[in-house]
Amino acid sequence: MGFTVRKEPTGVVVIGVDGQLIVSNRHELKERVIEAVDFGSRKILVDFTATGYIDSSGLGALVSLAKKLREAGGELRLAGLNEDLRTLFELTKLDTLFNITASADEALKGF
Amino acid sequence: MTVPLRLSVRRSDVPLPESALTGVRISVRLPSRLEVLEEAVDVVARHCLAEGLSARQARFHLRVALCEALANAILYGNAEDPTKAVDVHVTVTDAAFTVEVVDEGCGFDPTCLVTPVLPDDIEAAGGRGLFLIRQLVDDVSFNDRGNAICMVLRRA
Repeated sequence: MGFTVRKEPTGVVVIGVDGQLIVSNRHELKERVIEAVDFGSRKILVDFTATGYIDSSGLGALVSLAKKLREAGGELRLAGLNEDLRTLFELTKLDTLFNITASADEALKGF
Repeated sequence: MTVPLRLSVRRSDVPLPESALTGVRISVRLPSRLEVLEEAVDVVARHCLAEGLSARQARFHLRVALCEALANAILYGNAEDPTKAVDVHVTVTDAAFTVEVVDEGCGFDPTCLVTPVLPDDIEAAGGRGLFLIRQLVDDVSFNDRGNAICMVLRRA
């Protein structure tokens, strides 16, 4: 379980979530995103291709990070949600709050 | 003294309801530390899968609902006191998997919680835990004290 961080030539920072995004590691994701923002990045993509499940704390962390990015003039996008994860976003209506694409490659086009 | 993570799986030899054919009871006791939450969820889910819970229920519904219930028990019920334990008991019958999570706290009133999907609340950072549990399992109930949640997943 962990996070991978890479910066695309376009400046987009891609953070991969390997394993779960839950109450016990959500602060680590927040730290990674805030660190990227502090270094000047304004476009963050969270890639869930290798993610098992997300709990409400993980969803809450994404909501607060999206707000923080928006206030800084940037955007947080999500990609790679499997059927289960997409269901979570639909149940909580958070699919209306985020720009969600099927894959990271697709998300990076035009971001 | 810190409570150790302890798992026991046993076939019940006591009389079970008429609907019970398998009579398996899975019990896990864990300390009130978030670091062990994921392991506890994984242990319970794997045993439920072995007892015939569907793959999607084990992978998604059970894992997320149990993760929420355990996080509430550890953070709010036991206030992360490592000397206090959280107990998980799963009773398997031919009809359903009944998952009970019990903490040592004073309990809470589940009727006080808001529904976080209304437009004004959609950007709230918290409040989705119990809502998600209600969405993901077939039945949810609490004991009178409010320190035990009982979640039922019917066999698919």
